[in-house]
Amino acid sequence: MAANTATAQPAGGLGTAVKRLFVKLGILPFLLVIALIVFTLMSDNFLTPRNLMNVLRQSVYLMIVSMGQMMALLTGGFDLSVGTILALSSVAGAMAMAAFYAAFPDMAGLAIALGCLAGVAAGVSIGVVNGVGVAFFNVSPFMMSLGMASVGFGIALYLTGGVPVYGMPVAFGDLFGFGMLFGIPVPVYVAALLVLALYAFLYWTPQGRYFYAVGGNLKAASLSGINTTGTLLFTYVLCAFFAAVAGMLLTARLDTGEANIGASMPLESIAACVIAGVSLRGGVGRLENVVLGALFIGLVQNGMNLARIESYLQTVVLGALLILAVIADQIRLRYVASLKD
Amino acid sequence: MSDPLLHAREGTQPPAAFPLLQTKAVTKEYPGVKALDGVDFDLRPGEVHVLFGENGAGKSTLISILAGANQPSGGQILFRGEPVTLHSVHDARAYGISAVFQEFSLIPQMTVEENLFLGAEHTRGGFIDRARIRREALEILDELGFDLRPEQRVDHLTRAEQQMVEIAKAFRSDLSVLILDEPTASLTNHETDHLFDLIGQLTQRGVGIVYITHRMAEIRRIGDRITVLRDGRYIDTVDAKASSEDDLVRLMTGRVVGSIFPALDLGEAGDPVIEVRSLTTPDETVIDASMQVRAGEIVGMAGLVGSGKSELMQACFGAGPIASGSVALKGRDITGNSPRRNIRAGFLYLPADRRNEGLMMMRPVRENVALASLDIKPFSNGFLLDRGGEVRAVTGLAERLNLAPPRIERAVDHFSGGNQQKAMLARSLTRSYDLIVFDEPTVGVDVGTRASIYEFIVELAKSGTAIVLISSDLPEILHLTTRAYVFYRGRVQAELQADQLTEENVLAHFFEREAA
Repeated sequence: MAANTATAQPAGGLGTAVKRLFVKLGILPFLLVIALIVFTLMSDNFLTPRNLMNVLRQSVYLMIVSMGQMMALLTGGFDLSVGTILALSSVAGAMAMAAFYAAFPDMAGLAIALGCLAGVAAGVSIGVVNGVGVAFFNVSPFMMSLGMASVGFGIALYLTGGVPVYGMPVAFGDLFGFGMLFGIPVPVYVAALLVLALYAFLYWTPQGRYFYAVGGNLKAASLSGINTTGTLLFTYVLCAFFAAVAGMLLTARLDTGEANIGASMPLESIAACVIAGVSLRGGVGRLENVVLGALFIGLVQNGMNLARIESYLQTVVLGALLILAVIADQIRLRYVASLKD
Repeated sequence: MSDPLLHAREGTQPPAAFPLLQTKAVTKEYPGVKALDGVDFDLRPGEVHVLFGENGAGKSTLISILAGANQPSGGQILFRGEPVTLHSVHDARAYGISAVFQEFSLIPQMTVEENLFLGAEHTRGGFIDRARIRREALEILDELGFDLRPEQRVDHLTRAEQQMVEIAKAFRSDLSVLILDEPTASLTNHETDHLFDLIGQLTQRGVGIVYITHRMAEIRRIGDRITVLRDGRYIDTVDAKASSEDDLVRLMTGRVVGSIFPALDLGEAGDPVIEVRSLTTPDETVIDASMQVRAGEIVGMAGLVGSGKSELMQACFGAGPIASGSVALKGRDITGNSPRRNIRAGFLYLPADRRNEGLMMMRPVRENVALASLDIKPFSNGFLLDRGGEVRAVTGLAERLNLAPPRIERAVDHFSGGNQQKAMLARSLTRSYDLIVFDEPTVGVDVGTRASIYEFIVELAKSGTAIVLISSDLPEILHLTTRAYVFYRGRVQAELQADQLTEENVLAHFFEREAA
């Protein structure tokens, strides 16, 4: 609360300027500033390069999932099965990798490659089912992904019997879990690569624009000669792909395949997108903001850890932030209508 | 009058000195925009007062304030001489002020009668009195002459029928002021006649009508006085019978405008571009329809709403299914092809409902204009988008079509109806099309923009494009087409050549079989 008044006071004379900034950028910059100030005041260790790098590394998984979630939100849907996809890819990838490594102990590299492939394929298969349901059978994304979340979770538990999967090559964890290059963790490079690739795809190619068009107005997109069913199918496949990659990275970090990871991902990824200004009605949202949105959630979680806030309470804060972001989005819409530009 | 629905509060007629409803210097400000700037308006009992002006002139804002849906930032509203504050639609209803807006306030999943009495259900011992609701719903529909059944679900009705429900809703309570916002936009002539009879009955009982329309013929037929608004300001109030169309257009636009229809000096028609043979759709909205359009022709499609004129072209374009028959574009069979393939083959269909089917409302004009052509130059090299080329091309088109304001990065939603329509029409210039179908291109568009849209269509035809103009507006068919097909209940009823295109001829075919 102290931070709230701190930012409000200098803005007193610049009320309309702040309003315009809010309309233009959304709530995220304000939240970021508030979070930075609050956590810096609460903990001396917060604003250190070491800790900030930590935040970046910890946020990578959510960031990758959020990029996929953003695609689903852009087309006017959402994907509640991202957590399950994470778990299933982790389990399937780890099992494949461990089995291959046990059979051919001298081919660790190939085991890692095949394991990652198997994990991503398992995750993507959930996305294909989601996409087929939404695109071809007009099932609402809510029901489709909710159903698949249960299906995927069940499969992951069935495969493992609820026990973590061990036996992957040590190199896997060493490289993709704890590896560093020029002082920066390897997962950060993977995320950066994915961000760049998705950015180029979304903003430099016609198909990228079509995701926005399908979410903006499905009928208009179809009458403009856009393959709307194909685009929708592609959306959920892409979303699952991102979640599966995050799943493999997390597996490397944990050094085990786990069926019970990712449970908080649906909420956190949707929160990251919404805080970043992605519209729940589809058609609006920018990738760079979503990356920031995921970082923000990582920042808040890290800050709360440093400030010794109980993890149960952290869940409360996250849920409240999500709702706050949606309310802010509504207020912003009202301002947009009146300010126009 | 013994009918129980249309009590016009005759007993409380005010002294003639007071208008029924009056605004004094009413202002509505949004941050940065003045939607209404000191507007004076008065409505006498028993008159039809037409509000006239371009899109964005403030008509909608004014009626939403009168109906209680919006609160003024300044000024006064007087009801029978007494200052009143209308906090909500409910408040306004209490004074007998009812409005029928263009945007429907119906719950699609509910039945006609449930919608009619929504928020004012009759109850008996705390439970809904279905019998009474049914009885009164029947009475209202009967009184209005609307051919609807109370138990029909609203989402199973056509748009015209939904409009009827919306109008019927206003009649459920005591009426002293009825506000109608382009009520005939989706009504057939027959239904329109009914509505006008009704308006006549209401005015006789002293009900005041505020009426928004862009149609000159309607102003002539039922209007008593006309108030013209421009840019949120009051311009003038004139006698409807004594002012000419040119006068009104001048008042509305602030400039002199000639005839809104351009000269139709098209050359000889070229080769056939599209040929349709005995096309039938699975739901029989189109039955055994055949037609042909040549290069450089403007061919009209006339008929009532739901007569199959739109449905035929949608089926040809691939936006609707085909049961039998064939469609050929430039001699090549395109039956059942997707819109995607048709667009690439040079065939574009621009839908009537721009908000729901034509535009991505929250996306900028630039993206909306470029949408159908992102696979070709100058918008992309087929693989990567060319932002610079896109901006240049769309800026050029915005200039050519006089988009106002000329800001192509602004969301379409923030433009007036006429300019939204321009953004959609601009799509037809983003690649070279051989055939363009315009479905009701001037619905909800002001006169000034209408003239420029007509000019635009004629120019396209002159450059050799085959044009199909689907329209429910008879003057458009008469003045803008070189040939017309008249549809009736899914069939092509008649093909009229240029010399046969008269109002009587076209209208005769609208209803012919019904009479027979």
